[in-house]
Amino acid sequence: MTYSQTQPIVQAVNIHKSFKEVKALNGVDLEIMPSEFTALLGPNGAGKTTLVEIIEGIQFPDTGEIKLFGKHWKGNKDELHHQIGISLQETRFEDKLTTRETLKMFASFYGLNNTRVDEILSIVNLQEKQRSYVVNLSGGQRQKLALGISLIHNPKLLILDEPTTGLDPTARREIWDILHSLQETHGTSMILTTHYMEEAENLCKNIVIIDKGKVLAKGTLEELISASKTSEIIQFKVLNKSLFPDFTNYSDVKQIEKDEISGLVTMQVSNTSDFLPELIGKINLAGCGIAELRCRYVTLDDLFIQMTGRKLTDA
Amino acid sequence: MKSQFNQLLVIQFKEFFREPGALFWSFIFPILISLALGFAFTDKPVVFQRAAVVLPNNADSIIIKPFLEKKCTQSISPMLTYQLTIDNQHLGKTTTQFIPCTWKESEIKMKRGEISIILTEEKGKVQFHFDPANSGSRLAYISISSLLDGKSLVSDQSEIKPLESKGTRYIDFLIPGLLTMGIMSSCLWGISYGLIEKRSKKLLRRMVATPMKKSFFMMTMFTSRYVFTILETIVLLIFAKIVFGVSVQGSWLAFAAIIISGSFFFMGLSILLASRTANPQVGNGFISAITMPMMLLSGIFFSYSNFPDFVVPIIRYLPLTLFTDSLRSIINEGSGIMDVLVPLSILSITGLITFTAGLKIYKWY
Repeated sequence: MTYSQTQPIVQAVNIHKSFKEVKALNGVDLEIMPSEFTALLGPNGAGKTTLVEIIEGIQFPDTGEIKLFGKHWKGNKDELHHQIGISLQETRFEDKLTTRETLKMFASFYGLNNTRVDEILSIVNLQEKQRSYVVNLSGGQRQKLALGISLIHNPKLLILDEPTTGLDPTARREIWDILHSLQETHGTSMILTTHYMEEAENLCKNIVIIDKGKVLAKGTLEELISASKTSEIIQFKVLNKSLFPDFTNYSDVKQIEKDEISGLVTMQVSNTSDFLPELIGKINLAGCGIAELRCRYVTLDDLFIQMTGRKLTDA
Repeated sequence: MKSQFNQLLVIQFKEFFREPGALFWSFIFPILISLALGFAFTDKPVVFQRAAVVLPNNADSIIIKPFLEKKCTQSISPMLTYQLTIDNQHLGKTTTQFIPCTWKESEIKMKRGEISIILTEEKGKVQFHFDPANSGSRLAYISISSLLDGKSLVSDQSEIKPLESKGTRYIDFLIPGLLTMGIMSSCLWGISYGLIEKRSKKLLRRMVATPMKKSFFMMTMFTSRYVFTILETIVLLIFAKIVFGVSVQGSWLAFAAIIISGSFFFMGLSILLASRTANPQVGNGFISAITMPMMLLSGIFFSYSNFPDFVVPIIRYLPLTLFTDSLRSIINEGSGIMDVLVPLSILSITGLITFTAGLKIYKWY
């Protein structure tokens, strides 16, 4: 198939989708360009899975338009199935089939042979487990098998729905390494849904923050941070809360949050090095005392809290 | 395309043969049932019945007491009982145990089902106390009253000629029922439950998000299930032939045709059942709700003619009854294809209807 590198491979326009009374998607627009890694970041129930299932052709929008490689799903199903590779959330493969047999079955759907199965086993690093029954694989190995299946036909676009949820940090890191090497060697495009901010930051250049069926923000991490007009955070614990001075009129302080129970203060500031000496001076003068002082850059979690008042990991 | 079909077919076989439970229920369980029931009803049964004897004043008994003391053997451990065994070459042994006790004790024994009848005697007359609706008690009354009258249980003027020709034994009745029941279970659990489980695991959803041909998936499922039912049938038939001498007396063509149409009906029903069911627990309930009543009503283990007259015509047209009656007539009565044409057509047509309806409303995810 000839498709221009300058045209978006996924175009979703004003997508609406409801399930009974629940509005899963409420006017979502999305464009993915070739060779881009895009993260759909949002808490559970944000509408990420519904959106990717619409992109995958598993569900259809109530209204709105979805095109992949410039084509609608209707009438182009077979062709598009060859272009995309998917990994669904929590697919359980047949327990009593081996890793190799499972891959071989999916390879046969694309008319591929054993050579490709061997290649995939090597890509996802499951050669040693090729004769193990699926039931005997660990969570990470099963996820690698699911990833291997999604890659079996060398797709142009990879769509992974929470590929590392429930995995330990080592297994998660292993999946990330596979995906990084894929981007470098094959130039594959990827859409990944996740509620782990570090996963989105680590893997994807583009980030789409989604909540309650709406896109709240999109862009690169730098773009998102610069759009929020905040880049640095100062955090500390106040020992005597009643003596804590007022910082509301300081132009350097963009936002200030106080946890009344723990005494934790989070300040979003425009420049830490400029403001920190002034902050310490004022605190010393007030005599309230502070502990556990930390300075860091703003994260996706901070941005999400700024936009919604909730944490990414909140259900 | 050929490779896709072959792969799907091979996968079906591997899944089946790697599941010890599936192998047990398909091959071992029917053999164990036929062994247990076949031998239980082939040996001459020992009839054992217990009667309580209530004689408040032993001196007054002029019938029961002399009978117990002269005709029966006495045992004192663990309690005083009298026993009489009549052994007949054809009927087997019929043992009656008489337990002397008080009226109150006899009532408790009756409530606990430990005895079938209570005997008392008044003014030279034996009185029998029992529930006439209980067939065991009625048989006890008939045999004990004959014994007390000094008559033999078997008439001297008649002769018992046990039927031993092919097709007339209980095992001949049982084997066709076990075959059809096995096919029904294999199709409903194998296909329906299998599909529902694959759907709940999101495996079907994953498979249809590829260029897999859905028709190939269904065809391989049916093909493999036909092979399994044929294997199950062959294994049980060979076993029944070797152990009990059961053989097909009718047409092999009719035999094959009814096995194929019966299996097809239950495969169609399986697709319909699995078409919308989302989780295995609900599927489990559906399958049990269909198989259990048919297993009880369709005359698998015992003839359905013992059910009340008004339900027998309904039972006769249950799919499993049509299937079993046809197979039984082919195996035991020597029927041919024309004799089973009606049930064969009903099963095939209804199978086609359920199959088509099931596919029409089938949800892959």
